Amino acid sequence: MDFLIFKAPMLMVQASLDGILLGILFALIAYGMALQWGVMNIINIAQGDLVILGGYIAYTIYLWGIHPAWGVIISPIIMFFVGWGLYKLVINKVVDRDLFISILATFGIAIVFQQLMNFIFGADVVVAQSEYGTTMLFDNSVTLPNSKIFSAFISVLYAIALVIYMRKSKLGRAIRATAQNARAAKILGVDTEKVYAATFGINAALCGIAGALISITLTLHPYVGLPYTVRSFMIVIVAGLGNLPAVAVSGMGLGLFEEFADYILGTEFRIGAVFLLLVLILVYRRFKLSKKREYLK
Amino acid sequence: MNKIAKLFVTFFSAITLALVSFTSSFAKVEGEYIVLGSAISLTGKYSSNGVHTQNGYNMAVDRINKMGGVEVQGKKYKFEIIYYDDESNPKRAAQLAERLIKQDGVHYMLGPYSSGLTKAIAPVTEKYKIPMVEANGASRSLFTKGYKYLFAVLSPANQYLEVAIDLAVEKNGGKGVKIAQAFEQDAFSQDVRLGILDAAKRTGSEIIIDDKLPKELNDMAATLAKVKAVKPDVLVVSGHTKGALTAIRQISEMKVDVPMLAMTHCDAAKLSKQHGKKSEFALCASQWHKNLSYKDKFFGSGKKYAKDFQKEFGYDPPYQSAESSAALLVFKDAFERANSFDRDAVRDALVDTEMQTFYGNIKFGPGGQNVAKPMILFQVRCKGDDCENRVVAPTKWASDKFYHPIPKWSERS
Repeated sequence: MDFLIFKAPMLMVQASLDGILLGILFALIAYGMALQWGVMNIINIAQGDLVILGGYIAYTIYLWGIHPAWGVIISPIIMFFVGWGLYKLVINKVVDRDLFISILATFGIAIVFQQLMNFIFGADVVVAQSEYGTTMLFDNSVTLPNSKIFSAFISVLYAIALVIYMRKSKLGRAIRATAQNARAAKILGVDTEKVYAATFGINAALCGIAGALISITLTLHPYVGLPYTVRSFMIVIVAGLGNLPAVAVSGMGLGLFEEFADYILGTEFRIGAVFLLLVLILVYRRFKLSKKREYLK
Repeated sequence: MNKIAKLFVTFFSAITLALVSFTSSFAKVEGEYIVLGSAISLTGKYSSNGVHTQNGYNMAVDRINKMGGVEVQGKKYKFEIIYYDDESNPKRAAQLAERLIKQDGVHYMLGPYSSGLTKAIAPVTEKYKIPMVEANGASRSLFTKGYKYLFAVLSPANQYLEVAIDLAVEKNGGKGVKIAQAFEQDAFSQDVRLGILDAAKRTGSEIIIDDKLPKELNDMAATLAKVKAVKPDVLVVSGHTKGALTAIRQISEMKVDVPMLAMTHCDAAKLSKQHGKKSEFALCASQWHKNLSYKDKFFGSGKKYAKDFQKEFGYDPPYQSAESSAALLVFKDAFERANSFDRDAVRDALVDTEMQTFYGNIKFGPGGQNVAKPMILFQVRCKGDDCENRVVAPTKWASDKFYHPIPKWSERS
């Protein structure tokens, strides 16, 4: 049974497409994480919880009778301000400190967010209905939910828009300058405080988009944020900071890896396999670094 | 700064001391009140079901008190419950159980919500020999540990979906069927799985997919793709509300055709409301349904209970509330038969319980589980966009005929 996938080639196609579509969504979340990690040197443990909050915003408008797909516009706008506020309230106090302090701080934020979402939206698992239907390929043997195709399309669209914005706009250039060397950027007149706040806001907005997409493709619950944090962390570790194409490839790779691990190792090892891969990659990186002696102090 | 800190410490210790001495003045029986204790999930991930449980308890306390209370040695007593919020956290639940028993002097306990939390509390109540009647811990492992003070009014988890397999075999002309199953990796779902394994063995059925879903997972696409490829006769899914919602979403999106789909937690997930027509024909295990014909003198019938509950709390009672109310009826009955407040006398009376409540018959087996009440199965049926849970098994209470096989997606509107 374990190797069913090799007996039925259509399953291979199904698994690959499922993996890639899901991977693109993960890549969007990971890109936000890579951005603010690169600029501010903060590992945001609350990343997944920002995603879920974004999802709940889309779910709320769905309850009001508006189509949840509008969430991909409304949710990032609200989430941008949530991110900005969060920066002003907490993150600006830990931004220059040790990485450990920022991990603790964002871990605290994650807990507060979970409890708040539980308090406001309740502990029930919820879904928003997009009613987008299904695309069937190869005589119905491969089925793709249109909501997943939609979410991958929107993710790609936003990612391209963001890349262009980063290249062309003044703020984008300021963000990139700050990422390269915050002190030098400051000396040259960049308001790094504002750049940091904007970066955190943009990250939260990306989470908002991803959350809205998750509300129509998967399920929402106040306590399911952590797996998204772990996956985006993993993608960023593999791809490195500030490299969007690598993040996209690594996201899709992770999606594929997960799907195939499910078929070959069994569903119970799906998430375990992701962690195992993370450990292997970290060990490999460390091995490479020790050869280069770059990080010897 | 230091002085202020000291002041704070003194202030808080004074308050704590005052609280401790105040609360410990509560005892098992205080004046005309019999005090019960319960740690319950009012916050955290189980908070919705925790509240259903609490509402069930409160409803029964009010009703019993209003109808004359509990008569012990010719004197009338009323029920009162001390609640603490366990934050859906097993460690906290165990601490609170200890606190209820040692500080608040509670001698009789009501269960928390979920198998996991009941498992955390049971060793504590056992240690202090406190009888606990619980209504929301169905895991089989609770009843195999030899606990003497634990009593559950509900049917154990392994019975949840056994009936569904029997039904599938019956529809297959008595021959074994091919089963595909996906269960979350938690105590409850794995117990449901054990039940299916037993049923498969008994009926000569074959299990062709046996996936275990990680707790964090909210995507079953891979499992469902396998199901599409191997075409089983029955698909069984159990993974709490998340599992039920994910399964219906993806089965409908991936157009997975199976003749029979059996699940748990459909009503807790508000499946028929959240997914509407997509959830039609899903078969769901339930502890209770308001249409069952059980009766008692406190709540009348299930329908009457549902009506009163709706009036008081503004929503239809899920089975979690009904079974919680039943727990208090059991306690009342045991106190009156024991005719004493001696813990061991009450415990012995609980052992001999044999009664009917609006929720079902209750009689405890050697492990403390309820052996007198069968599980029921309902099927989601829709009229237009209006979907409803209809009881289809056991046949005694069936309000509708079991619809089998499920029509293919291409034939569904």
